[in-house]
Amino acid sequence: MFWIYSQRKDMLAAISPILGVGYESLLTAGGGRENCPALHDALDFEITMIKFLLMVNKQGQTRLSKYYEQVDIEKRPSLETDVVKRCLSRKKEECSFVEYKDFRLVYRQYAALFIVVGISDTENELSIYELVHNFVEVLDKYFSRVSELDIMFNLDKVHIIIDEIIQNGHIVETNKNRILAPLLALDKMAEAH
Amino acid sequence: MALKIVKGSIDRMFDKNLQDLVRGIRNHKEDEAKYISTCIDEIKQELKQDNIAVKSNAVCKLTYLQMLGYDVSWAAFNIVEVMSSSKFTYKRIGYLAASQCFHESTDVIMLTTNQIRKDLSSPNQYDTGVALTGLSCFVTPDLARDLANDIMTLMSHTKPYIRKKAVLIMYKVFLKYPESLRPAFPRMKEKLEDPDPGVQSAAVNVICELARRNPKNYLSLAPLFFKLMTSSTNNWVLIKIIKLFGALTPLEPRLGKKLIEPLTNLIHSTSAMSLLYECVNTVIAVVWLSVLKYLGLLAMSKILKTHPKSVQSHKDLILQCLDDKDESIRLRALDLLYGMVSKKNLMEIVKKLMLHVDKAEGTTYRDELLTKIIDICSQSNYQYITNFEWYISILVELTRLEGTRHGHLIASQMLDVAIRVKAIRAFAVAQMATLLDNAHLLTGNTQHSGICEVLYAAAWICGEFSEHLEDPMATLEAMLRPKVATLPGHIQAVYVQNAAKLFSTVLCGQEGAPADSKVAQETSQLLIDRLPVFVQSDNLEVQERASCILQLVKYIQKLQQKDVEVAEEVTALFAGELNPVAPKAQKKVPVPEGLDLDAWINEPPSGSESEDEGRKTKGKAVFAREESRHTKPRYTEVDEKELAKRREVRKAEQANNPFYIKASPSSQKVRTASSPNRQLVLWMPMSDQYVKLEEERRQKNKADRKKDKKKRREKGRQRRGDSGPESEEDITPAHMVDIVTEEMPENALPINSSLTSRCITDVCDIQGNLHDGSQVVVSVIFENKCDSFIKSMEFNVMDSLNSKLQRPEGAGPHDSLTVPFHLPPGISSEARFIFSVQSIVMPQKLKGTLTFIVKDSSTHEKLDFKLHFTCTSYLITTPCYSDAYAKLLESGDLKGSSLKLEGINQPFHHLLARICFHHHFSVVERIDSCASMYSRSIQGHHVCLLVKTADQTVSIDAKCDEPGLLRNVLDEIKLTFSQC
Repeated sequence: MFWIYSQRKDMLAAISPILGVGYESLLTAGGGRENCPALHDALDFEITMIKFLLMVNKQGQTRLSKYYEQVDIEKRPSLETDVVKRCLSRKKEECSFVEYKDFRLVYRQYAALFIVVGISDTENELSIYELVHNFVEVLDKYFSRVSELDIMFNLDKVHIIIDEIIQNGHIVETNKNRILAPLLALDKMAEAH
Repeated sequence: MALKIVKGSIDRMFDKNLQDLVRGIRNHKEDEAKYISTCIDEIKQELKQDNIAVKSNAVCKLTYLQMLGYDVSWAAFNIVEVMSSSKFTYKRIGYLAASQCFHESTDVIMLTTNQIRKDLSSPNQYDTGVALTGLSCFVTPDLARDLANDIMTLMSHTKPYIRKKAVLIMYKVFLKYPESLRPAFPRMKEKLEDPDPGVQSAAVNVICELARRNPKNYLSLAPLFFKLMTSSTNNWVLIKIIKLFGALTPLEPRLGKKLIEPLTNLIHSTSAMSLLYECVNTVIAVVWLSVLKYLGLLAMSKILKTHPKSVQSHKDLILQCLDDKDESIRLRALDLLYGMVSKKNLMEIVKKLMLHVDKAEGTTYRDELLTKIIDICSQSNYQYITNFEWYISILVELTRLEGTRHGHLIASQMLDVAIRVKAIRAFAVAQMATLLDNAHLLTGNTQHSGICEVLYAAAWICGEFSEHLEDPMATLEAMLRPKVATLPGHIQAVYVQNAAKLFSTVLCGQEGAPADSKVAQETSQLLIDRLPVFVQSDNLEVQERASCILQLVKYIQKLQQKDVEVAEEVTALFAGELNPVAPKAQKKVPVPEGLDLDAWINEPPSGSESEDEGRKTKGKAVFAREESRHTKPRYTEVDEKELAKRREVRKAEQANNPFYIKASPSSQKVRTASSPNRQLVLWMPMSDQYVKLEEERRQKNKADRKKDKKKRREKGRQRRGDSGPESEEDITPAHMVDIVTEEMPENALPINSSLTSRCITDVCDIQGNLHDGSQVVVSVIFENKCDSFIKSMEFNVMDSLNSKLQRPEGAGPHDSLTVPFHLPPGISSEARFIFSVQSIVMPQKLKGTLTFIVKDSSTHEKLDFKLHFTCTSYLITTPCYSDAYAKLLESGDLKGSSLKLEGINQPFHHLLARICFHHHFSVVERIDSCASMYSRSIQGHHVCLLVKTADQTVSIDAKCDEPGLLRNVLDEIKLTFSQC
């Protein structure tokens, strides 16, 4: 978690000169006035959110990764292999939640493919667990019986789907038809070409 | 220029697209890195081209490579180029790449501001959408500041698709650019009531996040959220709302009460585990704290039953609950603790509980604590106690409790521990002596307080184990204080009785030492002075004991005055150690093979054939089982059909057989009598008139009954299998001593039918005499099975050199013994005969005759029989401890022999039970498929067996100080198993 804080601190420190105020005051901006919410706890308050979503196969190869929190690109592969190792080492009957560093992993296995979601402590694990299945159902609907290869060869489309479901690390849409609407529109456009 | 375009399109034909790249990587598994680096070179070339299609294709591939962990930051500018494409198909690839690769420090982002603004205001909702999505990934504070207004406008876009994205991205903007929050908030609040559920959900998400940071400012939104919670059907939204309420409730306790109903409804109605989990989570966190604690503990106690470990980790939490204000929560926690203790944590838990006992207010809870402490410690036979001294001191500490009702509980624990744990008796006695000494503390305040019950135990322990007392005299003095007379009667009685025990100990100590007899006399005087108080007690028990002991002491004093040493005699009054017997000890005695506790001992009155048959068909009939065993060795279960068939055959035979004797209950009678006495039971139907006929018959049947020749007994049994007189019982193989009589012949033989009326059943029961190594008692049960009175029975046995029937003095060596009773029809009676046996090494068979007169015919009838004294019958089941057993084996006095049994397919414990039952061994130790057994003969020979089993083979290694006896016992064991 430290690096997130430090980044945010850096960021605030960076913009504070522009605004001519200390960044601490930024964090409490609006505090004190009724109906004017403040962000004063930002530094020691963890955002409830999805931090990343990975699709990894049993061999540990990443098939898709989506980060909602900045992770250095050099650190990603090691993080991913580490996460996969954690999930692979667990038996089928063990529960699908793993504590990993400062966040929690919620994973589901579909054939040889693991879908792993990293979430903050305050997120509801079970809702993410259900979300993953919802996501897979959407993929299934679009690709009609989705396979690992579908995901590899249509990475951009899978990304579009994910973007419709999760934005900002928050669940934004769970209705399958609405999730697929933009993608189907896009396909129509491509056909027209 | 034209050429360039042509060249570009030709190149494109050869360009790899994403699919080609993925396929290529899969085809170059060995040199993946090399392949990718050539691909990157190609991509670099492609990016140099002007063709936007080629560029977007290249960027698309880069996105894939980036995912594989390759640095593509060098292409940032190209990504911006693609983002700026006017065509959505390319634009989205650019935005995707940007969202994957850009981060706050990517400097080209500065260049995107205008492009993004343009896209945000695009008439194409997907352009806007893709820009918003991308922005959410790489928004920087600068971008946030610059675009905040645009995004805020989009929150009111006509398309819900845009609205919901705008709402969500606004949260990111708030984080990056907090200033934007104030102007945007009213609009954000509006979105909570947006007609589109997606937008609503997005707004809920954002506001929940904001509110959790600073809940105070969002309290005013509670009614709105409350409405949403009851109306929304989207589980993910509900979860967020419930989370929000979790944050709000601590600030506004009244909310909690309002929430209970919708939450309970949700908990009951939802099928989504996640929602349920969230509800419970929230409820636990804030709402209804005490009730939840209670329910939580209740749930834990359920979990405890199935997953004890998972609850044990919450020990501290549960201990904390003991501090709760709510008594019912504390009691629940106590319940839980009971199940959580282990050897490791027992002391710690009890220590904490003791602290609570001190703190506890109100006797009910304190009493509950006390019982729980004792329950916890004593559960499963003190399974978790590693240090009994500690436990005793805990018990003593508990006696400090005033006004508890559970004095008797503590007392019984003290007694139990002191009796059962020999090692701590000294410690216990010391503690108890202190208790007795401080007795006035206990009785001082409340006369009727239950705690004085403890004194009952204390006095008894001090008396019973007085040899451990350091200063018995002081304790004696303490027990005879006048104040004791205020105690309840039953305690006084124990005081008096144990004072006497102490007195004997004191005398012993004093006389042992060459001290002057005066001291001893003073002790007596003390009792004589103090006991009269008790003699005057209004409690009969106390009075009686006191006066009895008073007289005794007076008498002792007289003797003492004459310088007679009395200590030994006095001690003898209380000699003998009290051994605890487990309440279920009886259950440990194996049920002897063949003993069917459900079977009739006396058959129901009618006894008609049809009813008999009906009973047997239930498959419970012992006879049916026995029959199967005899006809089919080593096979104990025969299916119903076959049984029925056999039964039919047998019945037909019986019907045709004029000599058939109807089933007799006698065998069962004997069986029940036998086991508790470790007696061996033998019984025989005798109809010896047929012996001779039988002999003839045997001659005829020699060919098909070879076995019969060898052993008459065996033959008899086998025939029973065929013709099945039901009086034969299935414990036959167990008998130590057989009286072998002949069976009735087959119906083929011409026999005068009048003889049937004169049958006698004879049951023999033989027991080694424990006190005299050369005596064996044979009990014979005679049963008259005919319709006539039988009298003048005379019993005679041909003595051998080794075994002799003991006859009354003056009788000749061949005289018969008169059986001291007559037998009316259908009556059975028992007579005992004593045999003296010199050597028990060899089995014996004694021939004997029984003569009697049947009243009707008034002729002498004769019945021949054989008494079979097996070596086993000289063994007496004697328990042996494993350490004594080991010493015995180490001593080297024993000689070994061994035996192998093949094809034994019964379970090992059955096998052991058989050996125990039939051959009077006791199991010393059993480890898996190996057991050591012990028995002792009436002449004190030790017989040790080591029985091992593997794959239907049983090997028995035996040791005994008398090899001959051993050999014969082993033979008999072998015989037992060959018959089963």
